[in-house]
Amino acid sequence: MTTQPTTTEPNPGAPNPAAPATPPFGDVLLELEQLRKSYGSTQILDGVDLSVRRGEFVCIVGPSGSGKTTLLKCMAGLLDPSGGRTVFEGETVTEPPAKLAVVFQDYSRSLLLWMTVAANIGLPLKNKLPKAGRPARIEEVLRAVGLSGKGGLYPWQMSGGMQQRAAIARGLAYQPDVLLMDEPFAAVDAQTRIELEDLVLRVRQDFDTTVIFVTHDIDEAVYLGDRVIILSGAPTKVTRNITVDLPRPRDQRDTKLLPDYARLRAEVFELIQAAQSHASIA
Amino acid sequence: MTTTRAAARAVTQTATRATTRPHPLRLLALRTWLPVVLIVWWWLASAGSRSLYFPPLSTILETLQHDWLGPGLTANLLPSLGKFLAGFLIAAACGIVFGLLIGMSRTLAAAVEPIVQFLRSLPPPVLLPIGILVFGIGAPMNIAIIAFGAVWPTLLNTIDGVRSLDSQVRDMSRSYRLTLGQRVRYIVVPNAGPQIFAGLRTTLQISIILIVVSEMVASVNGIGYYLLNSQQTFAVPQTWAGTLLLGALGYVANLLFLRIESRVLRWHSGMRAASGKDA
Repeated sequence: MTTQPTTTEPNPGAPNPAAPATPPFGDVLLELEQLRKSYGSTQILDGVDLSVRRGEFVCIVGPSGSGKTTLLKCMAGLLDPSGGRTVFEGETVTEPPAKLAVVFQDYSRSLLLWMTVAANIGLPLKNKLPKAGRPARIEEVLRAVGLSGKGGLYPWQMSGGMQQRAAIARGLAYQPDVLLMDEPFAAVDAQTRIELEDLVLRVRQDFDTTVIFVTHDIDEAVYLGDRVIILSGAPTKVTRNITVDLPRPRDQRDTKLLPDYARLRAEVFELIQAAQSHASIA
Repeated sequence: MTTTRAAARAVTQTATRATTRPHPLRLLALRTWLPVVLIVWWWLASAGSRSLYFPPLSTILETLQHDWLGPGLTANLLPSLGKFLAGFLIAAACGIVFGLLIGMSRTLAAAVEPIVQFLRSLPPPVLLPIGILVFGIGAPMNIAIIAFGAVWPTLLNTIDGVRSLDSQVRDMSRSYRLTLGQRVRYIVVPNAGPQIFAGLRTTLQISIILIVVSEMVASVNGIGYYLLNSQQTFAVPQTWAGTLLLGALGYVANLLFLRIESRVLRWHSGMRAASGKDA
């Protein structure tokens, strides 16, 4: 690790995962305090600290098997931690919060196959919005993800990329304060992935949403995030918290040509490699 | 026999265009030509028969018309259909409702599963003697036997269908804070739909068997009663007529069922067709 200027902590030996992000972001929206999770004697999360501010786009990367999905489920209130806690908008999370939405990894298993895309998006709105207001909201998010006029299709009539767009639209329609995304593009082809990355950046801008994005893809993390959180192998801790100060709007070609992009990418890569080799020794 | 010739033509034409879907009329012809041939053959072969056991088809059909479309309609056919329908619907409703409950509650499942496994292993006709003791002879007993004997496939399939829910769908429904009622209505039931219908289909078949069997031993009217009575009084055309009628009823019932199934599970057949699992 030869370069350090963009990390929030100049001393690589003493990581400070809860370090505040750069000024333009709002108050702390979601906070993990010494989050632990173990199944029986197997410890998955070993005291994860993380702080996400309103408006931030935070990417979480880690070697495979580092408990990324477990971490996300604890954040979403879908799993009870064994120790520590998640605080969302000032309250300890004990069940899925109303202002938080999750886009799951496998769209083919999270969209309901017996409902049209519009009905899939409308289902979570039943407890949020009176019936008369739903069609307009559904149309709005469909337009935002480029599926205008496709609401009448069933998920199985769509390509994988379109299905994940629909799943994102469902999350957006819910109007969450934070959108958690669990490796959402892991199952789509490279071209579609590029389109969807830019889509997420755009809707994040349009809908003013905070995004926590879990991925194993280093390029994706650096390209999308305001910060990249690097996890160790299991039992998982935060090893580093890197601020990505690349200019916005990001561009698939121009951003990736920047020397800073290459440097950040290399840095994240080295940290992941270190985490992975450490995990395999342990 | 213009029908068969048309059918034969249809067969060759379909063969040459094997990749395209046959025209509905052609499909109908394709399906009906063999039954038509068999009936005609039976008609011709049995014409003028003097055998006690194999009366001419014309006699059988006359008996059928006289016994079942005349006074027999209200005396035997409608009571049978009513009992069959009541028994089937009770079995279907109980199977689905209890299947949902057992499928969704591990505690309930652990408590009742041994009993369910025991009861479903009883061959339904075994219950006839006890049924007669408890309900006597008549409609309530017939309906009870059908409901009890036919409930199991629907019950077990519903339990299985409820449990087959993907863990990610469960996470999704929790994270979007759907209420229990919404989860059951929009997720659990539709997800189990294909399996519920597979169970209902078997329940339907068992119901048809049981209405006949239970009427044979414990009824004073109905098709089963008529059938056994005619056999015991050597009214052979009546026995044949009753058998034909039962076959036709079973066929129609199955056809109606498939109609309803394809309506309710349109998404499922569409999906299977889209993924190439079903042509």
